[in-house]
Amino acid sequence: MSTPETSRGRLAVLKTYKLYVGGKFPRSESGRVYEVTAATSAAGAAGKGQWLANAPLASRKDARDAVVAARKAFGGWSGATAYNRGQVLYRVAEMLEGRRQQFAAEVTAAEGLSKAKAQAAVDAAIDRWVWYAGWSDKLAQVVGGANPVAGPFFNLSTPEPTGVVAVLAPQRSSLLGLVSVLAPVLVSGNTAVVVTSRNAPLPALSLAEVLATSDLPGGVVNVLSGDTAELARPLAAHADVQAVDLAGAEGGLAAELEAAAAENLKRVLRPAAQDPDWSAQPGLERMTAFLETKTVWHPVGA
Amino acid sequence: MPTDAAPRDAGRGTLPDVTSSNAALRRFLHGLPGVDAVGLEARAAALGTRSIKTSAKAYALDLAISMIDLTTLEGADTPGKVRSLCAKGASPDPSDRTAPRVAAICVYPDMAATARRALDDAGAGEIHVASVATAFPAGRAALSVKLADTREAVAAGADEIDMVIDRGAFLAGRYLRVFEEIREVRQACGDAHLKVIFENGELATYDNIRRASWLAMLAGADFIKTSTGKVAVNATPPNTLLMLEAVRDFRAATGRQVGVKPAGGVRTAKDAVKYLVLVNETAGGDWLSPDWFRFGASSLLNDLLMQRQKLTTGHYSGPDYVTVD
Repeated sequence: MSTPETSRGRLAVLKTYKLYVGGKFPRSESGRVYEVTAATSAAGAAGKGQWLANAPLASRKDARDAVVAARKAFGGWSGATAYNRGQVLYRVAEMLEGRRQQFAAEVTAAEGLSKAKAQAAVDAAIDRWVWYAGWSDKLAQVVGGANPVAGPFFNLSTPEPTGVVAVLAPQRSSLLGLVSVLAPVLVSGNTAVVVTSRNAPLPALSLAEVLATSDLPGGVVNVLSGDTAELARPLAAHADVQAVDLAGAEGGLAAELEAAAAENLKRVLRPAAQDPDWSAQPGLERMTAFLETKTVWHPVGA
Repeated sequence: MPTDAAPRDAGRGTLPDVTSSNAALRRFLHGLPGVDAVGLEARAAALGTRSIKTSAKAYALDLAISMIDLTTLEGADTPGKVRSLCAKGASPDPSDRTAPRVAAICVYPDMAATARRALDDAGAGEIHVASVATAFPAGRAALSVKLADTREAVAAGADEIDMVIDRGAFLAGRYLRVFEEIREVRQACGDAHLKVIFENGELATYDNIRRASWLAMLAGADFIKTSTGKVAVNATPPNTLLMLEAVRDFRAATGRQVGVKPAGGVRTAKDAVKYLVLVNETAGGDWLSPDWFRFGASSLLNDLLMQRQKLTTGHYSGPDYVTVD
């Protein structure tokens, strides 16, 4: 994918990477693109800085359209049974499995990893989907339940999805990191607007093709590539976004976005102080960060 | 590209002669220049690409809100729903009192009295009550029924009557019958304004829309309206552009100004602004007023309000910040 011509002298067919909004693959409304280049490698691999592809440079209007699509998809996705959501997310893992080689190549180029390490990252990302898919019909049992109350009532708490979540994907872990922040948002019934890594957007844009062929309803996940700060600011201030995951906000940006998000009391998941080890067991935090608890009182015997 | 649809010799005062018989009317309507469909659609599309920003956008949004005939025409309408619609029309954005009021509330005749009372109670006496009549939406009833329908709506307090033409008669070429029917409904309206609905989606061709426009204007319509909102094809930029050309040419020929109302299918603020561009570039600034141009819409208002909130607050708004209809 990195050279326009192959060894046989055949002209390679270059791929036009596009955004993923509302189940469709549009170009940026602004018509802009930016060059994506291969990452530097610890081993000093050849090809550093080499042009890989042009990625769409999404604008704030693309972000606005993505939020509209995510809002529209929210009713259906949050209303689907947990069992059905689990099946759909497992299907995503199945589709990823079939494209292991492609993703390994893209992750190698995007992150500058060795082939073996990139393959390990892709495998871990697939396993992560499977792990989160399994949680869909178990989460309510762990974080909800019957509460003991001093009166003749059943008192039941159930977790409900927060709504539309803007996810800033991690800047360095282009696939495993992305999956690790996206899957926990989806599993409980939220819909997502994902801003990809600025410098390594290609695995995320290819993941969108996997999502489009995985029974995931259009609009549940919307993928935007481009300048993180340019896209994150309108998303953090958007009144129709209920939560932001700031995993990919670096430097002073996170604090600025958190201030903007306070305007309509969004839920905010702050980035870790250190770049986290995405291959570690994730725990429940990322799932419970985007849940609301509904508690119902019901008279006993009525 | 004025098409100058009026025949050259059609000076003031001579037009009534064309309605003396069905043959004369037919000769006149079929003598109107044919519509260049490709040119019309290209012109409408080109005008739709104008970029309206900042202060011009703010002006356009407020103007569009003040032009809305806030409409509910459902079999399931209740007095409570009509009252809440009236409250919304009187105060579209409760969080921002500078938002203008809508032009009218459009309901079925049996709800006209409810709407009038609700508007007066809300201190919004200037908002008109528009009532559909004449066996809306199909228009398939005896003339006596249509006239009774109209009189009852006016008696119930309707300031504006939206009538439908008899498309069956029009398509069969019985133009004089359609003409007489509009004239009689016009008389039954008394002081109320009369809007004539063509149902463009059922007229099949642009030529027919141009003929229907002239026919209704000759018969005394105060407004010509694209559609009922009940069929697949409603207001589109090309058919509205065509009707705007007709009212412009009609004023040039007779000196009488007629309004235009696109209805159905205008859902976003962006669409509404495109229509305002069409009005300004075709009929001219004289029509940029709620007295001469209206939108028949319900969900459009919420989108206009959300865009308005975006301009005031600087961040995107959402459907949680406008009322649910």
